[in-house]
Amino acid sequence: MTSAIELAGVWKFYGDYAAVRDVTLNVEEGSCCALLGRNGAGKTTLLRILAGLSSFERGSAQLFGVSPRQAHAGFLGHGIGVYEDLSARENLHFFARVAEVAQPESIAAEWLERVGLANASDMLVRQFSRGMRQRLALARTFLHTPKILLLDEPFTSLDDRAIAMLSELLVESRRRGATIILSTHQLREAMVIASHVALIENGRLRHAGERTEAMLDDPGLLYRLHA
Amino acid sequence: MKTIRHALLIARKDLALELRTKESLNAAGAFAIVILVLFSFAFEETEQIKEIGGGLLWLVFAFAGALIFNRSFARELPNDCLDTLLASPLSPASLVTGKALANFVMLLAMELISIVIFGIFFNVNWTRHIGELSLVFALGTWGISILGAVFGALTVNLRLRELMLPIIIYPLLVPLLIAAIELTKLLLSNQSMTPNDFLWTKLLIVFDVVFTALAMLLADTILVN
Amino acid sequence: MREKIAIGTAAAAAALLANNLYQMFMVLPDEALQGAIYRILFFHAPAALVGMIGYFVALTFSILYLSSKNFLHDSLAASVVEVSLVFSVVNLVTGSIWARVIWGIWWTWDARLTSALVCVLIFFGYLVMRRAIEEPTQRARLSSALCIFGCVDVVIVYKSIDWFRTQHPGPVLDFRTGGGKMDPAMAHIFWLNFLAILLVAVALVLVRTRQESTAREIDSLRRLAHTAA
Repeated sequence: MTSAIELAGVWKFYGDYAAVRDVTLNVEEGSCCALLGRNGAGKTTLLRILAGLSSFERGSAQLFGVSPRQAHAGFLGHGIGVYEDLSARENLHFFARVAEVAQPESIAAEWLERVGLANASDMLVRQFSRGMRQRLALARTFLHTPKILLLDEPFTSLDDRAIAMLSELLVESRRRGATIILSTHQLREAMVIASHVALIENGRLRHAGERTEAMLDDPGLLYRLHA
Repeated sequence: MKTIRHALLIARKDLALELRTKESLNAAGAFAIVILVLFSFAFEETEQIKEIGGGLLWLVFAFAGALIFNRSFARELPNDCLDTLLASPLSPASLVTGKALANFVMLLAMELISIVIFGIFFNVNWTRHIGELSLVFALGTWGISILGAVFGALTVNLRLRELMLPIIIYPLLVPLLIAAIELTKLLLSNQSMTPNDFLWTKLLIVFDVVFTALAMLLADTILVN
Repeated sequence: MREKIAIGTAAAAAALLANNLYQMFMVLPDEALQGAIYRILFFHAPAALVGMIGYFVALTFSILYLSSKNFLHDSLAASVVEVSLVFSVVNLVTGSIWARVIWGIWWTWDARLTSALVCVLIFFGYLVMRRAIEEPTQRARLSSALCIFGCVDVVIVYKSIDWFRTQHPGPVLDFRTGGGKMDPAMAHIFWLNFLAILLVAVALVLVRTRQESTAREIDSLRRLAHTAA
């Protein structure tokens, strides 16, 4: 198995305070790694480093052998990352062109169809309901079929329909060989989707390994063993 | 090449958003008109106005510009769009250049409105050297726009963002404003350029080139935290 | 150790200043044309030089910070800018007093005066911005970038404002004129006082750098307490 993501001795400081401490983590290609840990443990910071949004002071981070800034992972953070005053179609069209996909127009149309927004494609996002926004955000994240997906707490703010859609997209992505890292503190959902787990505490990696059957039955096991 | 393509993409998106919401253009345009009206109380409509007209206009541009630049990166904050763009293949340099391009177009539009109103209010014929004047406006406006984009990016996450931007960029703009004011004064009072005045044009070009290069060089440092 | 260096530098500066003041007021005669007021030059010009040198030292530290991410460089850059700003203001104020006596006006929009003022405004902006950023890494990164922009601009400012007519007295120091414009005894005291003021600046920078480091430590402890809670 080749590594899709290789972190070696990564430190990230805010002033003298280390938010990420000496994290070494390999994620195999095609796996789905759930990043677990309490609020403020460093999950978001780590994902931002992988997305190329944050620099780090020490160590190295590579995604398929290139720096995070060149890897262009699909990234879904806390915000939905679309413009309120553009229509759904304009948003997807814009991000498709930014991501340099071939035929951005047809890709945008295809994704509007997929997330069930074809009828609302010329409405401004401003007029969208919460669920519609979330589905548009999913389309925006997945439309360039990224090889690596970085999802920060993807389940927390989603409604049922969007959760179903996200699960389906994740399964499909894994089938085509994409590597996924998602942070969450919803243990039960995480255990079902994940093939691997990584536990972070106070910026340190406490445990990284495969998700075992025992964890599926008892999601709290990981915390009791390693935290 | 890719940088330019991405910059154009950003600029087009920003202009489309601006045309739809008119957030900065309305504010900047209204501000410019109000200031020009206020100036008419301060100065008599005489020959004097041709002397100070250049300075007056560029001050209006610089002040109205700040209103445009404040929105430039702030527009990316709702829904964390800035993060989304930075995680995409778009380079920070192309993002800053694209923002500068959008600033440039908006500011030029605002300048066109201002100078037409200025001509009417103060009875100044500014069309006689329109070629040279356009060149001066373009060079001056690009310099203001690129600094506006850089410092829009630099201040985007700061508290008191709206106050911070003018405090930082106006002193930096001094050389550019001196040159632009000198040249505009000259062209408004219907004198032709002497070789000595090309010095000011050269200064504008140097300012634009140096700060565009510096902006592209430091875009990563400013935007990736 | 660093504290001892700071105290040593301050002591040396004090001793040298005392000697210089004695020389200036008790030994040197009044200047032929200007009378007693010319002595302000011994503070006016060194303050300007120290300020100007400081901005470019800060530029060096800013570039060093960006390549090393070592906070000491950032603290040094910030301290140097702050101290330079103080000396630039001293320069403006002493210049203004001199101008009132010799020219009869407090201020004129002469090239060098204007450039000096613009410089002060640029780096005042730098300090205001530092105040507005709480997170030390972000503060260091953004202020380094601003310092680079500021220093490049200072060069352009000086060049461009120079093209205006100049009212300021022309160069008198030997390294600008090739010698002969200034009485050797005066030049001697001038350079001694430049050294004294430079030492004062270095002592201040050392103290300020220490304060900056402490402030950063406090910030990180607060963050730690915050996560522990």
